[in-house]
Amino acid sequence: MNLIYTEEQNAFRQEVRSWLETHVPRQPLPSFDASREGFEAHREWERVLNEGRWGMVTWPERYGGRGLDLIQWLIFEEEYYRAGAPLRVNQNGIFLLGPTLMEYGTHEQKSRFLPKMASGDEIWAQAWSEPQAGSDLAAVRASATREGEEYVLRGHKIWSSRAVFADWAFGLFRTDPGSERHKGLSLIFFPLDAPGVRVQAIPQIDGETGFAEIFLEDVRVPVFNRLGAEGEGWSICMATAGFERGLMLRSPARFQVTARRLVELFKRCEADADPAMRAAVLKAWMDTEAYALSIYHTASRLNVGGKIGAEASTNKIFWSEMDISMHKAALSLLGVRAELSRQASEAEEAGRWLDGYFFSLAGPIYAGSNEIQRNIIAERLLGLPRA
Amino acid sequence: MDFRFSDEQVMTADVVRALLAEVCTSQDLRRLMTTGSTQDETRWKKLGELGLAGVLVPEERGGLGLAPVDFVQVAEACGYRCLPEPLVDNIGIALPLLAAFADRTGVSPHLERALAGEIAVAVSLPINPYFANADRASVALVVRSDGLHLAALSPEMLTMQPSADPFRRLHTIALAPGSATRIATPEEAADPLRQTLDRGALFTAAQLLGMAQGCVDLAVGYAKERQQFGRPIGSYQAIKHHLATVQVKIEFARPVLYAAAVDLPRDDLHSRARVSQAKLAASEAADLAAQTAIQVHGAMGYSWEVDVHLYLKRIIALTQSWGSPSFHRERVAERIFNAPLGPETTFAREADCA
Repeated sequence: MNLIYTEEQNAFRQEVRSWLETHVPRQPLPSFDASREGFEAHREWERVLNEGRWGMVTWPERYGGRGLDLIQWLIFEEEYYRAGAPLRVNQNGIFLLGPTLMEYGTHEQKSRFLPKMASGDEIWAQAWSEPQAGSDLAAVRASATREGEEYVLRGHKIWSSRAVFADWAFGLFRTDPGSERHKGLSLIFFPLDAPGVRVQAIPQIDGETGFAEIFLEDVRVPVFNRLGAEGEGWSICMATAGFERGLMLRSPARFQVTARRLVELFKRCEADADPAMRAAVLKAWMDTEAYALSIYHTASRLNVGGKIGAEASTNKIFWSEMDISMHKAALSLLGVRAELSRQASEAEEAGRWLDGYFFSLAGPIYAGSNEIQRNIIAERLLGLPRA
Repeated sequence: MDFRFSDEQVMTADVVRALLAEVCTSQDLRRLMTTGSTQDETRWKKLGELGLAGVLVPEERGGLGLAPVDFVQVAEACGYRCLPEPLVDNIGIALPLLAAFADRTGVSPHLERALAGEIAVAVSLPINPYFANADRASVALVVRSDGLHLAALSPEMLTMQPSADPFRRLHTIALAPGSATRIATPEEAADPLRQTLDRGALFTAAQLLGMAQGCVDLAVGYAKERQQFGRPIGSYQAIKHHLATVQVKIEFARPVLYAAAVDLPRDDLHSRARVSQAKLAASEAADLAAQTAIQVHGAMGYSWEVDVHLYLKRIIALTQSWGSPSFHRERVAERIFNAPLGPETTFAREADCA
């Protein structure tokens, strides 16, 4: 066990840092969930990243990456958050679908979809959940009917993040009409501007439109758009979900930067703060460090060919609950200013913490609710019997 | 950067786990309890035959010259089985301190006998004034106002302070300051004692984490067997979610423990904070694990018959030993409020990359 970065890793960090210092936009970009303008500004940033080949450092070089390992990815992420660079508008694509495409896609599919994903020319939304298939995702009813070399998609998807402005979606459809539950499902891509697709924005707790409903009425897509074999959709989705919850969705640096902001806030407010807040601040720092150490532990294992298992679920529970605790601590420290929105002249950092708190409350719900994650831990890690 | 144990470290831990699975079962603990003793001579001898005594003693002092990270999983394994004998205190904490003063008059014969497994050495610091299982030790390392003493123990020096843990016999030691037993002045002892505190906290954390997993596994075993409403209670989400919550705490304490073991020899602000963080995280996990295991066992959990109470009592003891939670929280605060924070500060640097 060696917990010192190599010379090469230190040099890599320096290279990332220098590049970000000269390229990260000086002014924060407007939210990608609030307007087309903010969305396009983030797409432009994805182009800049891709031109520097920093869009997805773990991807192979032929798709715009650098073929680096997961420790280097973590270093990149640390520098990315340190620099305060924009959030990744195409995270559904680059972090979730991308790795899955590389594992299950044909050569032609990879060539068609990965370069445009990397460049930000095509930004992706996920279309899995349905009104009657949330935690019980296997209850999916949306159908894909084979007609020659095409599928005809019909159904109603919901809670699709980024779908309001995105270009493409990857959806879970029932290709075998007589099938039940996990069987007979396939993963199929469709353009969000295809005839028959209607996207309806859903305003969120924070007033933005980060997610949407998607109505599909006789949407025709080529069979080429199916990833993996017909009926293999469930296992492919679970592989995607494992990667999502387990590693790439929330790299540790994001939370470590939040913990640092919380410590700074505490130092400014300490005189007026409830003494209990000191322990909460210490705990926030310790939790973010524990999360980072755990991810390095996992990355070291995956680097030598290990597979991600139930730690996908333990990670997701840990970061989502930690994020809420940190934001709650900040609101307590802010006192009466906690309720101020970003527009208030006295808000200073208050509005950002409140928005962050709202968003943190979604953490235990999206990417598989924490209740479902606890079931997975109990059944797969601890071996308790299924209900 | 490689956060994995070496093959040797994995193998050593596997050997210890396998031996303990054989000689430290629930039945063994029960049998020992009926004898009123805290030590099983046969088991102690078998553990001695593993040849681990010198693991943290430098080679030039007759040891193996290995590092805390080579022993941390052994301590975890001892906690997992709620091992009564003071293997961790002796090998992980006392012997390296004794070895630090091997050149002082009268020390080396004791060190040699301890390395040969013939005697056990008790140790404590003023931060926890009770000596665990001192009645089984031949000598004790005792801190007094005038420095560090190595005292040959005799029954009249010991006053037993019964612990709720049936396998933990606490004692206070009557020893007046004086030159006859002193092996180091306070100044000479300062560095080794500070490192002893870190090792004590680290290996106590390892045992706590092992015990946390021990509690979860006991509860899982019971929840699979126990039927209510015609089904195993472990099939109900109420039980599953309780246990999953504990397992999450364990999973996120473990990498902290291992990183602390790696960092400990650096003996600086960062390594001390990491050790303290490990102690806090392991204590929290163990506390929740014991409470949850009792709840999952229902009324059985409150009975003497189920082993959970053995874990509970050891967990209560070790949570306060080698630095209370508030002591360790202050060491973490030292680091947080006095050194840079952020993702680039998680790991120590040979030379800062900036």
